[in-house]
Amino acid sequence: MTSTVFKNARIVDPSRGLDETGSVIVADQTIVTSGASAHNQGVPDGAKVFDCKGKALIPGLVDSRVFIGEPGGEHRETIASASHAAAAGGVTSLIMMPDTDPVIDDVALVEFVLRTARETALVNIFPAAAITKSLAGQELTEIGLLQHAGAVAFTDGRQTIANSLLMRRALTYARDFGAIIAHETLDPDLASSGVMNEGLFASWLGLPGIPREAEVIPLERDLLLARLTGGAYHAAKISTAIAADTIARAKNDGANVTAGISINHLSLNEIDVGEYRTFFRLSPPLRAEEDRLAMVEAVRDGTVDIIVSSHDPQDVDTKRLPFADAADGAIGLETLLAAGLRLFHNGDLPLLRLIELLSTAPAKLFSLPGGTLKPGAPADLAIVDLDEPWVVSEADIRSRSKNTCFEGSRMQGKVLQTMVGGRTVFAS
Amino acid sequence: MNDAQTSPLFPHRHLLGIKGLSAQDIELLLDRADSAVAISRKSEKKTSSLRGRTQINLFFEASTRTQSSFELAGKRLGADVMNMSVASSSVKKGETLIDTAMTLNAMRPDILVIRHSSAGAAALLAQKVGCSVVNAGDGAHEHPTQALLDALTIRREKGKIARLTVSICGDILHSRVARSNILLLNAMGARVRVVAPSTLLPVGIEQMGVEVFRDMARGLKGADVVMMLRLQRERMAGSFVPSIREYFRHFGLDAEKLKAAKDDALVMHPGPMNRGVEIASEIADGPQSVIEKQVEMGVALRMAVMEALLDPRRNETGGNA
Repeated sequence: MTSTVFKNARIVDPSRGLDETGSVIVADQTIVTSGASAHNQGVPDGAKVFDCKGKALIPGLVDSRVFIGEPGGEHRETIASASHAAAAGGVTSLIMMPDTDPVIDDVALVEFVLRTARETALVNIFPAAAITKSLAGQELTEIGLLQHAGAVAFTDGRQTIANSLLMRRALTYARDFGAIIAHETLDPDLASSGVMNEGLFASWLGLPGIPREAEVIPLERDLLLARLTGGAYHAAKISTAIAADTIARAKNDGANVTAGISINHLSLNEIDVGEYRTFFRLSPPLRAEEDRLAMVEAVRDGTVDIIVSSHDPQDVDTKRLPFADAADGAIGLETLLAAGLRLFHNGDLPLLRLIELLSTAPAKLFSLPGGTLKPGAPADLAIVDLDEPWVVSEADIRSRSKNTCFEGSRMQGKVLQTMVGGRTVFAS
Repeated sequence: MNDAQTSPLFPHRHLLGIKGLSAQDIELLLDRADSAVAISRKSEKKTSSLRGRTQINLFFEASTRTQSSFELAGKRLGADVMNMSVASSSVKKGETLIDTAMTLNAMRPDILVIRHSSAGAAALLAQKVGCSVVNAGDGAHEHPTQALLDALTIRREKGKIARLTVSICGDILHSRVARSNILLLNAMGARVRVVAPSTLLPVGIEQMGVEVFRDMARGLKGADVVMMLRLQRERMAGSFVPSIREYFRHFGLDAEKLKAAKDDALVMHPGPMNRGVEIASEIADGPQSVIEKQVEMGVALRMAVMEALLDPRRNETGGNA
């Protein structure tokens, strides 16, 4: 048995509301004990002792919305390369979206992902499966079989399901399996050819805008159907104040509803698009500063349950184009924690709440191991210098694609070490 | 040109939009264009200020008028002009933009004139090439030489731009001409109005430095200049307006509606016109119309722009600003 003792750590464990200095003892793949009194149990024989010198020790992040190019787009990202990026960012578990080629809509694909992850990945990779075959929005996938094979959630990825009846059936059917339907909502007709937030800024750029209502109209429908069916519904990526209000109302009504937001929408706004910077072309689009502030409020008050990176690797073929012709998406695994810590440093969020949103809450929501430092939990953790300044540089990015929104950004807080299942997968 | 050596140096390397130009920059170009008009009216129209320079016209959207205007302007300045019409049907739009730019850049042109259906295409190109870039229209973003030639026409007809009331009418939403004109006319101190059905107005128009009207009679009242915009027929399919007949009734410029403007109001149109859609023939060909004059001013203005961008003094003073 190999043991490691992390002593003098600032232990931040939202699963127990714990923020105290103490030790974490790991034996093999598991946390034996953690907290101020952990040392009382004594150091196991032959244990390696690591002095954290007051640095933070947090449960590894659980990023529930990650797009990966494998299979079909390995030039953008492989499961292995995404896992290296994750490890460097303190992410120990991630949920991989089914928008691959072929689409993860079949048991064999779920098995492929799990096998590839086992053989090549440094962190835990959990596949989400498609709600509809080929993400076409027409026919349900085999939710029961996919779940049995290891799919932890159901989502049509970047696609919005237009058919209300199909959404009703999906929620109803998935409920019997306790499966979560995670959905990004964008009314395709209302959004039309829009490529950024509708408003004065888009008007001056001459770019067609996407109104906020395009996010909320299908979301309202989904929330009504969630109430009707009792199915578990997760609004995967909201970006507007009106969406937050809608979610808050549904929660208030007792609907089985949760919501997520990407770190980009908590950190950036439409002004960042500047003069047609395609790395800031996202879906949903970056909104106005009022929306960003409303989103910060929504994560603070619990309307939004989790924060995701929405890591979406795109290469020069899809980004070095005129803005209207470029693809949506930005990478984010390596900057998720650092960008999140901005919210902590400028007083928007307490540290415990931030780590809850990034780790404990998503693990709980999708019933994944991790997200906690409780005894018996897998040793998925990260040691973080909350204050170390650094500058994001393309040269340091481990992801195969370099489309970050944070190139050249100054960050405060850096991952020093990441451990997955007791194995150190990253050390700076 | 006579005053080319004495005229102040134009402080920009590219002309990507009116945004970023100061009133002085605009005046400078208009002054130089005045001299170019004189040259264009002589029987010997050629000068040698751009001799040995290479100009490439890169048009991803077909536009005979704008392209030939740029071509003529370059030739009158003595430049070697090459036209590249890019077949947008074979390759997905935009996909070839950077590749084409790099290829052309390797030919070491001095100036690239680009027209593209995507907003921001000219700016993207400017980042990738080593020469000056002129935006000849990028999506619904800007069309700076059109706004400048409109300003030149107005200034020559009215003797000034400041404090004139200019009503821009029609499809403001999709119009790069409208955006560039709103910016330019505001920079020069004109009062700008837009007149259009609400479906053809961009979100936030009230904050774009204009007075907004949804009615021609009120929008044209007392105007010194009436600027009509082209309405593309595909707007009917997009349900922006229900029919041409209804559009013409409410927003087409005819004698009756023009009466609301000042008696000596100028009627302008960037072309090509849809007669009977946004403008009646009797008005387009009538005494107040300066539409043909705009075409003449276009060549002169484009001469001025290219000459200002390729000012030889720029190299003497240590390269491009």
